[in-house]
Amino acid sequence: MSYDAMRHFADSWGLVFMGLTYLILIGWHFRPGARRRSGDAATMIFTDSEPKGSDHG
Amino acid sequence: MEQLVIKAGGWFALALLAAAAAVMAADTGFAVHMTIVAATGLLLAALTLNRADYGAIVRGALRMPDPGRYDDDMVRWGVIATIFWGLAGFLAGLYIALQLAFPALNLGIEYTSFGRLRPLHTSAVIFAFGGNALIATSFYVVQRTCRARLAFPTMARFVFWGYQMFIVLAATGYLMGITEGKEYAEPEWYVDLWLTVVWVCYLLVFGGTILKRSEPHIYVANWFYLAFIITVAMLHIVNNLSMPVSLLGSKSYSAFAGVQDALTQWWYGHNAVGFFLTAGFLAMMYYFVPKQAERPVYSYRLSIIHFWSLIFLYIWAGPHHLHYTALPDWAQTLGMVFSIMLWMPSWGGMINGLMTLNGAWDKIRTDPIIRMMVMALAFYGMSTFEGPMMSIKAVNSLSHYTDWTIGHVHSGALGWNGMITFACLYYMTPRLWGRERLYSLRMVNWHFWLATVGIVLYAAAMWTAGIMQGLMWREYGSDGYLVYAFSEVVKAMFPMYVIRAAGGLLYLAGAIIMAVNIGLTIAGRQRDEKPMRDAAFDPAADRPLQPHAA
Repeated sequence: MSYDAMRHFADSWGLVFMGLTYLILIGWHFRPGARRRSGDAATMIFTDSEPKGSDHG
Repeated sequence: MEQLVIKAGGWFALALLAAAAAVMAADTGFAVHMTIVAATGLLLAALTLNRADYGAIVRGALRMPDPGRYDDDMVRWGVIATIFWGLAGFLAGLYIALQLAFPALNLGIEYTSFGRLRPLHTSAVIFAFGGNALIATSFYVVQRTCRARLAFPTMARFVFWGYQMFIVLAATGYLMGITEGKEYAEPEWYVDLWLTVVWVCYLLVFGGTILKRSEPHIYVANWFYLAFIITVAMLHIVNNLSMPVSLLGSKSYSAFAGVQDALTQWWYGHNAVGFFLTAGFLAMMYYFVPKQAERPVYSYRLSIIHFWSLIFLYIWAGPHHLHYTALPDWAQTLGMVFSIMLWMPSWGGMINGLMTLNGAWDKIRTDPIIRMMVMALAFYGMSTFEGPMMSIKAVNSLSHYTDWTIGHVHSGALGWNGMITFACLYYMTPRLWGRERLYSLRMVNWHFWLATVGIVLYAAAMWTAGIMQGLMWREYGSDGYLVYAFSEVVKAMFPMYVIRAAGGLLYLAGAIIMAVNIGLTIAGRQRDEKPMRDAAFDPAADRPLQPHAA
C-alpha cells in the first residue's frame, strides 16, 4: 500500500471504523439493563475484600 | 538436591557468560554493566547453594505478616522500593535544580555533570518511583478486584527483581554516558531487551490473574492497568528498534532517521505520559479514592467513557512536541487538535474522582489521605488543562524550549503522580503489614503541606521563568535586532531557579517524613498523638440557646 493510498484510507474508512468502534464500546454501557451492572461493578470493591481486622486506615 | 545444583549451576553459568562478555567488551560501559550482571549471577548462585530460606529471613526482618488470602509479598517489596527510589529521584532532582542555579555544583567531573544526572533524575522518578508504585499497586488491586491470588507467583517475583535490575543498569549507564539520546527512552539496546522480557512477564502475571478471577466483572481500574501495560510494551518496542554496533558494545543506532525518528520518539514520549503517568495512575485513582472515601466512584459509566476516550485520543497527540519543526504541517495540526480534544475526557475523569467525595466533603478536613487524593486530582485537572493549551501552536511558539514546559511537567508529576502515589502508599501500608493504623496521621498532614507548598513554589517559579524567557527570546528592538543575549536571559532567571530549588527541597522533606512514618508503621509502632478530627468541646457553651427577650 502506497503512502498516498494509506493516507486516504486513514481519513475516510479508517476514521469511520475508529469512530464507530468508539461509539459501540461506549454505547454498550448504556444498553437496557446496563445501569444495574455498572452499579454492581462500582460497589464490588467494598464487599469482603480484606481479611477481618485489618480494614483500618 | 539435583534441582538445587541445576539452579545454582544456571546462575553460575550466567555469571560466567557475563564475565566473558565483560572481558571481551568493546567499551568500558558495557564491561561495567556485564560485571554488574556477573556479580548478580554469582550472588544468586551462592544464595541458592547456601540453601537458607532468605525469603523467610527478610520477611522476618521487614516484619511481613504470614501469607494471607492474597500474594502480597511483592507489593510489600514494591512499597519499600517506591519510597527508596522516590527519595533517590527527588534528591537527584534537587541537586540538578541547584546545579542550574549554581553551576559550580557540576564539580567539573563528568559523572556529576547536569547532562548525566538529568536523565538519572527523570528515569528515577518516572520509571523507578512511578514504575514501582504502578507494579506494586497493580498487584494489590488486581488480586482484590478479581478475588484471586496472583497468577504465576515465581514470575511475579522475577518481574519485581528484574525491574530493579533494569533500573540499576539504566541508572549506572546514564552516569557513564551510555545513552540513546532519546528522552525518557535513554537506555541502550541490551537494557531495552531486558526490560522487554520483564514487561512481557508483567503482562502474563497481570493478565493471568484477570483470567483466573472469581468475580464476573473486570473492575475499571484493571482496564486502566491493562491499557498501561500493553501500550507501554508497544511503545517501548517500536521506539527502541535499533541496530547495535557490536553485540559486545553499548552503542546502537536507531532504525529510523531524521524527522521520522523524531516523530517515533515523541509518539513514544507523549504516550509514556499518557499511558505510564496517566492511565496507570488513573487506575490507582479509580480503586484507592473510592476505598479511602468509602463510597463508590461517582459514575461508573463516566469512568468507562473516560477510559475509551483516553485510549482513542491520546495515541495521536505526540506530534505537538514537534511544532515548527521539519514534521509536516498536517501532522503538527493533528497532534494539536487531538491534544485539545483530550481536555474533555481528562476533566471528565477529574470530576468523576472529585465527585466520588460528594456527600463526604468533610473528609477533606478530617482525613489527610483524602486531602492528598483531592490535591492529586486537582493537579491532574490543572495539568490536563495546561497541556492542551500549550499544544496550541500560537501558545507553543512562546512556551516551547522554555522552563514553562518544565513547570507543566512538574505540576503533573509532583502534583498528580506524586500525591496520588503517596496517598496509595499511606493507604496500603497498614493493610499490607496488618497494622491497625499508620504511625502518625499528623505526619501525613505535614507531608501534605510540605509537598503542596513545594509544588506551588516550583510551578510558580517555572511559569514565571518560562514566560519571561520566551518573551525575552522573541523581543526585537526598533533596529530589527534581538534585544537580549542568551546569557542575559539565563542571568534573569537566577532568582526563579533558587525558588524552584527551594520548592524541591520542601517536596523532598515531605518525602523524608513519609519514609519515617511508613518505616515506623512497618516496625509496628503508633505515635501517641492528638487525633486530627476533634471538634471543640466547651461545656459552658453546650446548652440550648436562650430565647431572646421579646
